[in-house]
Amino acid sequence: MCNLKPLNIQYLYSIYEQNMKNKYSIFSLIKNALSGHENWQRAWRDPEPKKEYDVIIIGGGGHGLATAYYLAKKHKLTNIAVIEKGWIGGGNTGRNTTIIRSNYLWDASAGLYDHALKIWEGLSQELNYNVMFSQRGVINLAHNLQDVRDLKRRTHANRLNGIDAAWLSTEEVKKFCPIINTSQNIRYPVLGGTLQRRAGTARHDAVAWGYARSADKMGVDIIQNCEVKGIRRSGDQVEGIETTKGFIKTKKIGVVAAGHSSVLANMAGIRLPLESKPLQALVSEPVKPIIDTVVMSNAVHAYVSQSDKGELVIGAGTDSYVSYTQRGSHNIVEETLRAILELYPIFSRMKMLRQWGGIVDICPDASPIISKTQVKGLYFNCGWGTGGFKATPGSGDLFAHTIANDEPHRLNASFNLNRFVSGDLVDEHGAAAVAH
Amino acid sequence: MINNLRINKNNFIDQTIRISFKFNGKKLFGYKGDTLASALLANNIHLVGRSFKYHRPRGIMTCGSEEPNAIVQVGKDSSLTEPNVRATEIELYEGLEAFSQNCWPSINFDIGGINNFLSPLLPAGFYYKTFMWPASFWEKYEFFIRHSAGLGKSPTKPDQDLYDHQYVHCDVLVIGGGISGILSAKLSVAKGLNTMLIDDKDYLGGSTIYQDDDIFKINNENSNVWLKKQIETLNKIPNLTIKHRTSVAAFHGYNYLLARENLIDHLNIDERKGKIRQRLWKIRAKKVVIATGAIERPLVFSNNDRPGVILSSSIKKYIDYYGVKTGENISLFTNNDSAYETAISLNKSGVKVKVIIDIREDSNSILSEQVEKSGIKILKGYTVIDTDGYKRIKSFDVMKLSKDGGSVVGNKITYKSDCLGISGGWTPMVHLFTQSGGKLKFRNNDNVFIPDENKTPSKQISVGSSNGDFELDDVINNTVKNIKIFLGLDKNDFENLNIKCSKEKQKRNIWLLPSNKPISKTKPFLDFQNDSTAKDVKLALREGFKSIEHVKRYTTTGMGTDQGKLSNMHALGIIADTTGTNMGDLGTTTFRPPYTPLTFGAIVGRNVGKFFDHTRRTAIHDWHVKNKAEFENVGQWKRPWYFPKNGETMHQSVQRESKAARESAGILDASTLGKIDIQGEDASEFLNRVYTNAWSKLAIGKCRYGLMLNEDGMVYDDGVTTRLAENHYIMSTTTGGAANVLSKLEDYLQTEWPELNVYLTTVTDQYSTMSICGPNSKKIIKKVIPNLDLSDQSFPHMSFKNSKINNVKCRIMRISFTGEHSYEINVQSNYAKDVWERCIEAGKEFNITPYGTETMHLLRAEKGFIITGQDTDGTLTPSDLQMDWIIGKKKYDFIGKRSLYRSDTIREDRKQLVGLLTDDPKEVLEEGAQLVESLDKPIEMLGHVTSSYFSPNLNKSIALAVVRSGKKLKGKKLIVPMENKNINVTITDTVFYDKENKRLNA
Amino acid sequence: MFIINCPYCGERDQSEFSCGGEAHIERPKQPTELSDDQWAEYLFMRKNIKGIQFERWNHIHGCRKWFNVVRDTSNDKIHAVYKMGERPPIK
Repeated sequence: MCNLKPLNIQYLYSIYEQNMKNKYSIFSLIKNALSGHENWQRAWRDPEPKKEYDVIIIGGGGHGLATAYYLAKKHKLTNIAVIEKGWIGGGNTGRNTTIIRSNYLWDASAGLYDHALKIWEGLSQELNYNVMFSQRGVINLAHNLQDVRDLKRRTHANRLNGIDAAWLSTEEVKKFCPIINTSQNIRYPVLGGTLQRRAGTARHDAVAWGYARSADKMGVDIIQNCEVKGIRRSGDQVEGIETTKGFIKTKKIGVVAAGHSSVLANMAGIRLPLESKPLQALVSEPVKPIIDTVVMSNAVHAYVSQSDKGELVIGAGTDSYVSYTQRGSHNIVEETLRAILELYPIFSRMKMLRQWGGIVDICPDASPIISKTQVKGLYFNCGWGTGGFKATPGSGDLFAHTIANDEPHRLNASFNLNRFVSGDLVDEHGAAAVAH
Repeated sequence: MINNLRINKNNFIDQTIRISFKFNGKKLFGYKGDTLASALLANNIHLVGRSFKYHRPRGIMTCGSEEPNAIVQVGKDSSLTEPNVRATEIELYEGLEAFSQNCWPSINFDIGGINNFLSPLLPAGFYYKTFMWPASFWEKYEFFIRHSAGLGKSPTKPDQDLYDHQYVHCDVLVIGGGISGILSAKLSVAKGLNTMLIDDKDYLGGSTIYQDDDIFKINNENSNVWLKKQIETLNKIPNLTIKHRTSVAAFHGYNYLLARENLIDHLNIDERKGKIRQRLWKIRAKKVVIATGAIERPLVFSNNDRPGVILSSSIKKYIDYYGVKTGENISLFTNNDSAYETAISLNKSGVKVKVIIDIREDSNSILSEQVEKSGIKILKGYTVIDTDGYKRIKSFDVMKLSKDGGSVVGNKITYKSDCLGISGGWTPMVHLFTQSGGKLKFRNNDNVFIPDENKTPSKQISVGSSNGDFELDDVINNTVKNIKIFLGLDKNDFENLNIKCSKEKQKRNIWLLPSNKPISKTKPFLDFQNDSTAKDVKLALREGFKSIEHVKRYTTTGMGTDQGKLSNMHALGIIADTTGTNMGDLGTTTFRPPYTPLTFGAIVGRNVGKFFDHTRRTAIHDWHVKNKAEFENVGQWKRPWYFPKNGETMHQSVQRESKAARESAGILDASTLGKIDIQGEDASEFLNRVYTNAWSKLAIGKCRYGLMLNEDGMVYDDGVTTRLAENHYIMSTTTGGAANVLSKLEDYLQTEWPELNVYLTTVTDQYSTMSICGPNSKKIIKKVIPNLDLSDQSFPHMSFKNSKINNVKCRIMRISFTGEHSYEINVQSNYAKDVWERCIEAGKEFNITPYGTETMHLLRAEKGFIITGQDTDGTLTPSDLQMDWIIGKKKYDFIGKRSLYRSDTIREDRKQLVGLLTDDPKEVLEEGAQLVESLDKPIEMLGHVTSSYFSPNLNKSIALAVVRSGKKLKGKKLIVPMENKNINVTITDTVFYDKENKRLNA
Repeated sequence: MFIINCPYCGERDQSEFSCGGEAHIERPKQPTELSDDQWAEYLFMRKNIKGIQFERWNHIHGCRKWFNVVRDTSNDKIHAVYKMGERPPIK
């Protein structure tokens, strides 16, 4: 036991002050309102890169920033940089439809995604940044008998894996989300569905910003507008990276570059089993609350939720070709909205406000890679395809573990690169929101 | 009331046709040609909506698609109501009913208005910093946030209107019917090019068409008169298509554009019936001319958002085009010459302009001099610092600007006005240009982003004010010059026009105008719809949000339904000023399609409801319907699922059908199975390569079951293939896999094995297949084809014969998916129903029973036959299915072979197909249920149930499952843990019925 | 929505085609003689180039022929098309 200092109000207040400094709360908001919001601190610094780091994370999206955060927080590394080509959270983190769920079929996936979901449940408090994780439930609809079998199989597997999952009859689907067209006379009627109540959505930008702010506080350098031009190797070991801001030395590089993973792998002289394809999404104009959950449909190829702002957030499918343009083809959007109107004919007069594309890196088995590589000190976190956002906290945590220990965590051991050689794939095609 | 703000003389509004409409329940009148906005203004209604966040009163601010405030709910009908429609774009029609949005209980008394007083607590991003305690309360906070956000209301019943698509190819597409667009179109058609001219208004001519002033002359005529004559000539040109009320929503690569045409929204309700509401034009243009014009910028100063603060050019349009005074006592506030045009128009219409505040020290142009001469008071080098009034502006305060424009000096002067016109210069509409991949450059002298001619995608050009030309002579001369090069024209009529106009000589721009108060005490709005202010942008910068995209997302500037048409430039300007960056280096945010919001209905067109997807029906479908079949969707096919009789449940039907098939005879429509005709001298070799087993030695007239793998070794498809002749096979595939199998085979044939002489043709639709099984099947076939030798010697199991049924050629295969003695008849589809009915007739005495997919599944499960896609899931090898026998060990190679010998695929503890029997024979397992050995946690799942039925023939429940190391576990007891109970099962062989296959030859 | 110049049919809208991924990955003639690593390389590893990529396309809603396309994946510009078995017209 350490010696107790005499109780001193002023001393306690100074501790309180220190702890509360820069802490976000309704009190800090009121305090700052009184000074016209002129005294808010920077959410993160804007440092120039140092000459050398213990670990460099390439990619300032949610996964990369989370990785840096957990490296600093759990593995006590402080000399870390996150290198971002553009602005943090500007890639798929800021472009996705923010669905979070963990009802995956295989044990390995369930372990990974539920690990993430558990972190999501306390993330706002952990980061002192409201990521608006909203557990409004996710429904997956079944439209044919094989869908029913597959979704029931998943439900049973989820339940035994300790993941909340329920099978809903068509009537129960209707009750949970009354605007779904559950008429049995439509082309592909709803035959039921699964519900994960703990699932939901979060505010995508806040995730990147919250992790960035917390990582920065622990000393992580977040370097934006800095493009990686090369990865320097000495034999089997990485030495550092060439960037538009010069050479930066490091012995450990974690690449979390989503659609651009192959480009970086190429710089390091390795190949990955990835294809980068356009994935599109769109939002409607904002309206008053009309759908209070997330509904996904694999067979009819549509998923929709409503943001807190009131926009319907709709995810489309991927195109069949590789593209780095962040644009997809119009027919994909058209097909998606067809499906939306099939399931929600009341939305026909709603208007598309914005439509955009991201570049998703897709693995042959629709599962990610969180892995060491044949190059010492080079780690990849990629292949999240259409569904990486939901894994952000878990992915960051496990990738940090893998980098810090040079060994995967139990939960990401299956998501190694060797599985493509051995054949031990984690085939989650059935669980991806849209069949490919 | 009606005429009090309406001036009489007008060319565009038909004052003989009075139209009644309702706004917020109040009956009002306007005229044919009005928009809802102009009619409301004529009725002296400015307050039309409440803002998104602070619920501040907001009025009509513009006259076009950039309108941020005046967005209303149109219609009451729960299926036809439409949220978020801009009042400035609604053409008035008889019976129009519109409502203010985002206010409760009413526009005049809105509870949400309290947010305005809480606004110090609601700066940009406040929600990221709060609502975190206690953690479990977020859902409750969120409930309130959600209900106070949102604008209008979604319809709650399905849309009754029709939407349509039309494809069009043209040589030249001209977007925008203003003067530069019209000139472009005229030049294009003169060259003989097939031209399409699109404009979002109901008239052509843009803003020039109502610019009736001596200052602006073309060939000695007022510009509007000259332009009107040009427009009149357009009607008679055969190679020109003009589309009014049509807005280009998206400009994709390779000159692919989407344009939405509004067809009925301007009609009286009773004229709309049966007509298409909107048509989406899908345009492929060889060349595109962007002539989308420019929109006026507001000015950013404190409380610049009050109802009655209107863009100066909109005031001009309301008076010149609609004949509507936007106030009785109007003042103007500007940084450029355009407000002087407005002053002249107002003056001409007898509306006194109280004062013009010009931030420039001087403005010695023809326009300003004329205004000065007319006696209107002009304050030069002054700025408005604040406004007063709540639901309508009442007065505003003015102060002298310091030399550098960074502060205000001297005394405050207050002017009373009920309308303040503001003009912050012009922004070229470059949205479509950038959507198409074009890059912008910044022009410093007037702070505009314009298309960079060196970074313009090929086969398109921007002209007129969308290209940064704002004055009449520049617009005409540059358009003509550039179009001439773009289209490769010779001399033309427009090259030497005599153009007279005013030229702006002085420029001054201040993105955020100074005030006498600290900025924290002001409310200078940038994004009127989303309520973001210059303060929010500065706060974002203070907090380290540096990139324009970050600022946009953090403050929500530019993310409203107007997509920042009015706010983006100011946000950029303030960022540049605050951070000391050049705006050109800062760049813009991405302009994302669509240009203006597009209804889902228009995007989807007719492809909803019964046109959502193709429905494939077999040639025998009508018979099934007549015989009360229930159908199952399998891919796009409708397949009979079961044939209930006399109110049977599915279970009862299936039990009856299954028993009948085993005891006497059943008949199945198997037409949906894929059929691929394979011909060519290398056909056998081809099959060797695509199937796991060997085919070379298959005798002509024999059938063989084949298993097809993916290259990764996993089972992909299966089916029976028959050798019809030396070099002729017919392959059958699963129903769902047919198209993919054909594609895959074509792929290998064309790309990997071009040396093989093989031709593949799908004949799935051309042939229909009916399968007759059961101990009496032979007798039935005998009746249908009396002369066919059905002896086991002549026609053994797994063989085929050509034959005729009533002169109809058919192929008969003796193959079985049920384990019963069974025949499959393949006939041309147009005879199929007849042949089917003959079989039914012939089978009557044997109680031939039509059965559906469910019974088929049951019967094959009794025999342990797999269904790919049900018992397999893309992770199982043939060996996992206990089908090692089908792998041609001697074969050098086949698709997927190499993958079968990887370290993971040779593991012995893979999941393998087994049979399951429940300890309680009446207990039917749920398909998809998991199997475990122990219930100790963490529970280890060993596999799952793939197929499960109650077998009437065995009088017990049977199931197939995949189980880890299943091959070795015969006899092992496992548990199926369900939510409410645990079911005990035993692993068995996969074949439950007739293990010796005696019935095949019975 | 690009336009692809099918070498058999001429210019058609992209929606008539489907992409078959990277071109010139020849199926090994003797798969059984490859190591697991080599086989994985053929089966799964892709260049996934940002820039000029050689790829396979199929005129699935047309002549159903496979052919090769040279496309810049950074801007979707198509530089050339050529038939299966032909040498790429561009390096």
